[in-house]
Amino acid sequence: MKFGILINEGPYNHQSSDSAYQFCKAAIEKGHEIDRVFFYHDGVNNATKLTEPPADDRNIVQRWSKLAEEHNVDLVVCVAAALRRGIVNDNLAAGFRISGLGQLVESGIRSDRLVTFGD
Amino acid sequence: MLHIVNKSPLDRNSLESALRMVKPGSTILLIEDAIYAVTKGNKVEGQIKEAMKNCSVCALWPDLEARGMQDTVIDGVKQVDYNGFVDLVAESKSLMSWL
Amino acid sequence: MSESTGGIEMEEDMSGTVKKFAFINRKAPYGTIYALESLEVVLISAAFDQDVSLVFADDGVYQLKKGQATKAVGMKNFSPTYRALEGYDIEKLYVEKESMEARGLTADDLIVDVEVLAADEMAALLEEQDVVLSF
Repeated sequence: MKFGILINEGPYNHQSSDSAYQFCKAAIEKGHEIDRVFFYHDGVNNATKLTEPPADDRNIVQRWSKLAEEHNVDLVVCVAAALRRGIVNDNLAAGFRISGLGQLVESGIRSDRLVTFGD
Repeated sequence: MLHIVNKSPLDRNSLESALRMVKPGSTILLIEDAIYAVTKGNKVEGQIKEAMKNCSVCALWPDLEARGMQDTVIDGVKQVDYNGFVDLVAESKSLMSWL
Repeated sequence: MSESTGGIEMEEDMSGTVKKFAFINRKAPYGTIYALESLEVVLISAAFDQDVSLVFADDGVYQLKKGQATKAVGMKNFSPTYRALEGYDIEKLYVEKESMEARGLTADDLIVDVEVLAADEMAALLEEQDVVLSF
């Protein structure tokens, strides 16, 4: 099955990004496909390469980058939401790309299920 | 349909609204702070038991455990892990999140 | 990158697929950004010729309230956009009856024409959808 994922909140402030990540990991392990992870609203903050969380806690941004690299997961950050919040190509973490809202709608059309994680 | 609720019932009205707008035969999955709804003695215990009469009520046990509530789950609530979460999504015809 | 489709070059032939998309709005405007930014998704979805419904429940019904004037708070008044939806062929707007009553609102208080649904009718509508996006 093909899953689309929508993440509406930034890292650490809400559990959304964590829950979504754990869901994606489990889905991949079960042999499903993650069509796309789309980051909207404050979710775009999951894509900043400037993050420096404490060493004894999970690194949410890097975790997503690793998932993208290891499993070819498409991580898309909404351009309009990103511009509002100061996320640009220069500070984008590995594995993420900035694109339009159409990518979210496209994933909704193409995926078998679209799961929203937010506040 | 699968209804995913992630907010504590005494913090937000998300669960209350979800219970109002789910059809019998639905599955309700509680994740993140919403797991408090399925713990014994909480204010919405009655509503959960009522919902269980015609819906399947599930809770993510990693979230129960994280919050130290794993020993107080209302009888009849199905506990799932993230694999179970994925299965619930795959098995449902459609789904929505009540944020 | 195509402006009208928000980044889709339409390489994949999805032109035949029509899904029922519902956007569920449960939050008040201005206190948070969800109302404004979810509207932006709705407008983009119009370019994809999908079967779109907008659902307003709980505090989401306040998004449609007439008479919003935002000069003093220094924020953009985006409520006129709801009236522009018709021009994008997005005409299915639903509000939940219980949510309206709990807030002392009637359909006359709203900026656009809507269909008022009771909770069980809303439940049936939601069950029909292929994709539900929550903000």
